Amino acid sequence: MPAVTDNVFRALADPTRRAIFERLARDGEQTVHALTGRAGVSQPAVSKHLTVLKRAKLVRHRREGRETHYSAQPQALAPLVDWMSVYGAFWRDRFDRLENLLKRMDK
Amino acid sequence: MTETATTRTLVIEREMPHPPEKIWRALTEGQLIEEWLLKTDFKPVVGHRFQFRREPMPNWNGIIDCEVLEVETNSRLSYSWGSLGLETVVAWTLTPTASGTQLRMEQSGFPSEEGANYKGARYGWRNFIDNLERLVGRLN
Repeated sequence: MPAVTDNVFRALADPTRRAIFERLARDGEQTVHALTGRAGVSQPAVSKHLTVLKRAKLVRHRREGRETHYSAQPQALAPLVDWMSVYGAFWRDRFDRLENLLKRMDK
Repeated sequence: MTETATTRTLVIEREMPHPPEKIWRALTEGQLIEEWLLKTDFKPVVGHRFQFRREPMPNWNGIIDCEVLEVETNSRLSYSWGSLGLETVVAWTLTPTASGTQLRMEQSGFPSEEGANYKGARYGWRNFIDNLERLVGRLN
């Protein structure tokens, strides 16, 4: 298990961190402030969780004025994803489309 | 699906009531490829580097980087397929049958079963992983 994968697992083993990451992945970039409002824990705790997620390269931050904005980096999950099932669904769909195209080519 | 010690291969096979020549066109002519697969600047020339593209989305530029590896007209085509940090090879094989063509797609080079097991029940986060897969699935 490469170290980077290990970091990703550790980062996501905590339910609060998982929730924060899922929210960023689903809703896009957010400030610590906005995340705190919905995480049900204190701002320092959220900041700490974000630091762990950052170390695993699961989130990225940028400063704008006084606020720090965080966004999810789903490609850091690449080592965890079951690519076989993702691509299995993808190709089956594309096979269907190919068959439709072949039928249309007859006309 | 087949497995080796280090990587896994996805195989999808379907018999189609069309001659290999026609399926070959759909696999190799840019305009036709775009109708069923993705936008591309593919050319059936070994060594040609090309891309499949879809609209960019948050955290993904929508680009799949490829290189043509094999071209045997009407029978075999393969290219590398690099996207989101994963490098695989997609190979198409066309075999004539009595009523058409057996079309086989093999995508090889997926991370090994060992890694997949590791992610499994160990932390009881199966649902979370399913959600992630849906998320990444949408990227396709």
